[in-house]
Amino acid sequence: MARAATTTDAFNAVAEPRRREILDLLATGERSVNDLVRLLGLAQPQVSKHLRVLREVGAVGVRDDGRQRLYRLNGQALRPIHDWVSQYERTWSARFERLDSVLEELQQEERDGGTGEQGRDRDAPRR
Amino acid sequence: MVVQASKAATVTLPGDKQILMTREFAAPRHLVYRAFTTPDLVKRWWGADLGEVTVAEIDLRVGGAWRYVMVPNGGPEVGFHGEYREIVPNERIVSTEVYEGMPDGEALNTVTFTEENGRTTLTILVQHRSQADRDAHLNSGMEAGMQRALDLLEQVAVSLG
Repeated sequence: MARAATTTDAFNAVAEPRRREILDLLATGERSVNDLVRLLGLAQPQVSKHLRVLREVGAVGVRDDGRQRLYRLNGQALRPIHDWVSQYERTWSARFERLDSVLEELQQEERDGGTGEQGRDRDAPRR
Repeated sequence: MVVQASKAATVTLPGDKQILMTREFAAPRHLVYRAFTTPDLVKRWWGADLGEVTVAEIDLRVGGAWRYVMVPNGGPEVGFHGEYREIVPNERIVSTEVYEGMPDGEALNTVTFTEENGRTTLTILVQHRSQADRDAHLNSGMEAGMQRALDLLEQVAVSLG
């Protein structure tokens, strides 16, 4: 399946497990590259490479603090991922809300003395 | 990672190839099951707020086929179909699902109905054959599991406004 180049969007940027680990670490606060190298147990060039990918999609920002470069999380760049899940969730929430009204009606039918048998099918659309 | 809905529906991604939806209903499960398996009832809820369901065919037996067609508001119709693989009345339905716009990506859906104190918990597990299929299903370029990223988002997205 065709797919976008690795650095083009947040989805691809977070597809790599180590990059997700970096984001997890940055979620708790700013970190220097050295910190990340130590916490991840990776070589510095690898960490730098991952950080570059994350920077290109805007998922992390960087600032100079004296001699250190500090990386921080930029949640806004991950918004598309959140939106993606939300969209799916919205569809199903809307379905479920409609299902609620269908179920209310079915329960009312049963209370009205029906036994839920096929014969008393009053399930015609109400539109 | 849990995305909280207005009425406590949750969508999670338990694995790279999976989507799981969970929702509780204030009704006994034989009714929830009925609403899921009766064409005229399915037509009333399955379109969500997206459009009208024009076709809901349900041949509820193992090996039997189902097909739903929806006409989105202002858009061309979209169809889904599949085959029932396992049916335990009022408890569990396993079926395949193919989005007709992407006929190569077949998913396996497992729907379970669990009742407690007159309320029913419904779960829908969508199992794709590959991550690519799952992700294509939602039309995105994402290539791998993002559960941890989503865990993270749960912490940060809320504050984004």
